[in-house]
Amino acid sequence: MIVEVKNLTKRYGSHTAVSDLSFGIEKGKIYGFLGPNGAGKSTTMNIMTGCLAATKGDVIIGGYDIFEQPLEAKKLIGYLPEMPPLYMDRTPLEYLKFVAEAKGIKKEDINKEIDKVMEETMIKDVSDRIIKNLSKGYRQRVGIAQAILGDPEVIILDEPTVGLDPRQIIEIRDLIKKLGKNHTVILSSHILSEVQAVCDTILIISKGKMVACDTPDNLEKLFAGGITVKITAEASEKDVKNICKEIKNIKLTVKENGKYSEAVIESKDKDENKLCRDIFFAFAKNNKAIIEMTKSAASLEDIFLELTESETEEEKNADKESEEGDDE
Amino acid sequence: MKAVFKHEVSSYFTGLTGYVFGAFLLLFTGIYCMVYNISGGLTNYEYVPASLPFIFIIIIPILTMRVISEEKKQKTDQLLYSLPLSMTQVVIAKYMALMVVFLVPVAIMCIYPLILTAFGHVYLPVVFGTMLAFYLMGGALIAIGMFVSSLTDNQAVAAGINFVIMLVIYFITDLSEYAATTAVGSLLALIIVAILFSVLVGFMTKSVFSGFTVGVVLEAAIVAFFTIRRSSFEGLFPSIMNKLSIFERFYTFVQGVFDITGIVYFLSIIGVCLFLTVQSLEKRRWS
Repeated sequence: MIVEVKNLTKRYGSHTAVSDLSFGIEKGKIYGFLGPNGAGKSTTMNIMTGCLAATKGDVIIGGYDIFEQPLEAKKLIGYLPEMPPLYMDRTPLEYLKFVAEAKGIKKEDINKEIDKVMEETMIKDVSDRIIKNLSKGYRQRVGIAQAILGDPEVIILDEPTVGLDPRQIIEIRDLIKKLGKNHTVILSSHILSEVQAVCDTILIISKGKMVACDTPDNLEKLFAGGITVKITAEASEKDVKNICKEIKNIKLTVKENGKYSEAVIESKDKDENKLCRDIFFAFAKNNKAIIEMTKSAASLEDIFLELTESETEEEKNADKESEEGDDE
Repeated sequence: MKAVFKHEVSSYFTGLTGYVFGAFLLLFTGIYCMVYNISGGLTNYEYVPASLPFIFIIIIPILTMRVISEEKKQKTDQLLYSLPLSMTQVVIAKYMALMVVFLVPVAIMCIYPLILTAFGHVYLPVVFGTMLAFYLMGGALIAIGMFVSSLTDNQAVAAGINFVIMLVIYFITDLSEYAATTAVGSLLALIIVAILFSVLVGFMTKSVFSGFTVGVVLEAAIVAFFTIRRSSFEGLFPSIMNKLSIFERFYTFVQGVFDITGIVYFLSIIGVCLFLTVQSLEKRRWS
């Protein structure tokens, strides 16, 4: 374990941003923090990098406590905050020189290191333009360059692909994957496909609590409770309902749309082909045409929504209780 | 620490701040040198820095307004927090950079009396004693300005508050003499100051309780002293203000007295303000 977070809690006045969060980060893997806006991702990252003090709990980085031995711990971290911390009146080259010196990189290595990270983040062409005049994508990349400068063991990136165009997003994802070979990378995002594409392990955070932590595949397997088939049929809503009565163990939602009806059929049954056959023959028997049929298993997206939503409701109840408690 | 220092110094001289600050100071040095030494024919160069303190009211806010507030505004403070640097190192490096920016015009000002020696007898010990005091006094005011800048993330607000503080420091001795020479007057003035101080404490700590406690303790102490020794309150407030006035301390040097307590006073103000600045930055992590 290169990073250990134990019982982390952060309160802003009466609002709890992170509550009793614990997890461990293994060396040489890419981790993704996933959660809706305001889930506590940035707060957690800020605490892990020493930018923010925790109300309770410990963060241990490479054996050093970030609160007790901040200088040693911070040497192991490269951090890109939500908003890249850039000096607007400098050029990327000057800026990276400053960061390299502040990180304590040896004088003779500074130019070589800066060259390397500029190469990796593809900002060489803009290295002597004033940062103020750069586009958001370039600024973001200068921010990433700053984080990976000096080869820190742990690289923490808060929403690294925000503001980039699709091609740049792909480039940055490739860069993150490449970094993941020699470094431990922790990134946060509210975009599922991104985390799914890049990360070895996903931590889903909601309302300051961790609701799931596993590999993308395992998460999908774990939550793939049933299957869903969507059809569009040339029939009225009433017809569809009648026809579907012949199929057993299903949940049906129908919406009529002019000549056609759109129906979503969910089943707890694991055999999706059998369900599709049943639907097909039921409609064929009644002489109604199916125009379109798609089957889908529970995607990561559904899992994400399910997890974060149920948590929200629980949290609401808990909040109510705690408010009542406070009144006393 | 060296990195922050270099970065800060270069940012003052890539932008206009360093030049505007230096030019302003040197412009007025030139005017006063012209009036006293060249037109007036006096050999007392120490009168020149002695006439300059009012400029600090304008140039200290200009110099110090962005030193920390701008970091907060641009969110670059997050970079400083996440780099392997302690806040004490950052604050000291930033302060040293400001002192270097201030040293440039002061060093140039030190050349003038050397030129004047060619035309008459200039008593250099007093001149350089005054210049040293001038530099340290400026250092104390810069430290105050830096602390104010660490309280807000808006440069304009920092400059405004700084301007008011510099005005108060400049005029406080004159004002206090008009306001409160009698014992009751001193008492009232002290009570008002104590209330302002406790409001400030309450505001800084965001705790009504601690502000209130400080206020009650201070007021009780003042009233207790007043009832026990009423006579000592006669002219007390002006004399306290006189002792505390940064500029009054400086004028002692102009009169040819190298006042060690004055030097210690300036250094302590610098120390306290830097300490408070570090605390203000550390506190931000806890908010």
